[in-house]
Amino acid sequence: MSEATTLKLRGLKKAFGEQVVLGGIDMDIPLGSHTTVIGKSGTGKSVLLKCISGLMAPDAGSIAAGDEKGAPPCSYMFQQNALFDSMTVEENVALPLREKGKAKATEIKKRVSDLLEQLDLTAARKKYPAEISGGMKKRVALARALITNPEIILFDEPTTGLDPQRKYSVFDMIRSYRKRFGFTVIMVSHDVPEVFEISDKIAWLDAGEIKYWGTPDDLLANPPEDLKPFLNPQLSPA
Amino acid sequence: MISKVGRHSIRLVSELGELAGFSGKASVALPGQRHIMEKLTRSIFEIGVRCVPITLIVGLFTGLVLGLQLYYVLTKFSSESLLGQAVALSIILEIGPVFTAIMIVGQAGSALSAEIGIQRNAEQIDALHTMQINPIGFLVSPRLWAAIIAFPILTTFFDLIGIYGGYLTGVELLGVDPGAYWNRIYEAVSVQNIVNGLLKALVFGIVTTMICAFQGYYTHLKSDIPGARGVSQTTTRAVVYSSIAILMFDYLITSFQMAS
Repeated sequence: MSEATTLKLRGLKKAFGEQVVLGGIDMDIPLGSHTTVIGKSGTGKSVLLKCISGLMAPDAGSIAAGDEKGAPPCSYMFQQNALFDSMTVEENVALPLREKGKAKATEIKKRVSDLLEQLDLTAARKKYPAEISGGMKKRVALARALITNPEIILFDEPTTGLDPQRKYSVFDMIRSYRKRFGFTVIMVSHDVPEVFEISDKIAWLDAGEIKYWGTPDDLLANPPEDLKPFLNPQLSPA
Repeated sequence: MISKVGRHSIRLVSELGELAGFSGKASVALPGQRHIMEKLTRSIFEIGVRCVPITLIVGLFTGLVLGLQLYYVLTKFSSESLLGQAVALSIILEIGPVFTAIMIVGQAGSALSAEIGIQRNAEQIDALHTMQINPIGFLVSPRLWAAIIAFPILTTFFDLIGIYGGYLTGVELLGVDPGAYWNRIYEAVSVQNIVNGLLKALVFGIVTTMICAFQGYYTHLKSDIPGARGVSQTTTRAVVYSSIAILMFDYLITSFQMAS
């Protein structure tokens, strides 16, 4: 585990041709916390996550945890889960250990089976992703993300395409497992105001810049003027 | 018009460069992988074993037709005793490697391109990156090495069954002397002929596997349309480009082999 207490993003820039997606992001994300990045579609939220995870190289800027350059070991949960459909639940979860590291087969089997038990997936261990429900797929993806004991898990719109009940159960799952395993959550979501209940910090990304950074309570108590149009239609009942 | 040709030429050269770089990465990535034998065995099953029936069927019918056609040509010169030699050399040097490669591309190459393309769209390749697993090593390298092993073996199967097909029509149906058929093959076919044919199979295996994997791996960049239609577009392109490449390389290799 890293000794650092914050993940520092400094001057993070990313452009695709003429289109500037991140125009210089500065953030201090407390490790161990749950930070949610909100914003309209196409404002660069997923690009920010991909830069943090190392999937995408920023054009400029830096990411550091304490004195160490780059983010600490992190896992990524994709919108569509990105499970391998020709592998069973058990094989999907074991994949990072089987392909990397020096763990022996017996150790991998034990770690996978312990984790599947903790996530209530033991009964589905021999099933393929196509044979399990959407909620279970999310848990399998989370199990695969957790198996390497990462310090940070990046969630890219984890509730896309789910009905309200499932949405709540996914948020509940993230909250309870974060409590149990102690990882840092950096999440991208459109689900305002639901995400306020589980987040320690909210970042509002708009036009390539962080326009708001603070706690959900402060945001709800004193929403900045230019944030109201984004929040109000979603806060008011339909 | 000239600028359009220029643009296409630049794009073609740049794509060939990308393909060469991709092939280089795939060829060296296997030793860094874990469970190499397991991956290689699975890939040999997909590319090799699954293609055996189609290779045997096409090989048999090719031999049957070739025996029939060549018999009537050779009869005109009263040289039907040369049938075995004509069938064997045609199959070993040209038809065997080319037809086998086209059959494998149709069955395993298209499947490879579509599978990797779908994995790209489903973010599975990005997932491998985030797990610190080299996606090219994990998905492409075992297939490349399996193709290097499977293409010459399947070509050998095609050659053998094709020559037997020629025997069935020439000897069993049209009455050519069986001793003459087999003896002419024994006299005319040299080890060098067999090596030349298998060398072509090896090159076709490398080239077509890399084209199919490359099209699938970069489906998000190579297709005009995203999603399933994009995958279908790159899969079609993979098969067409591979088929063209087989014939182009066949000509090139034959030219070198004839000259040397």
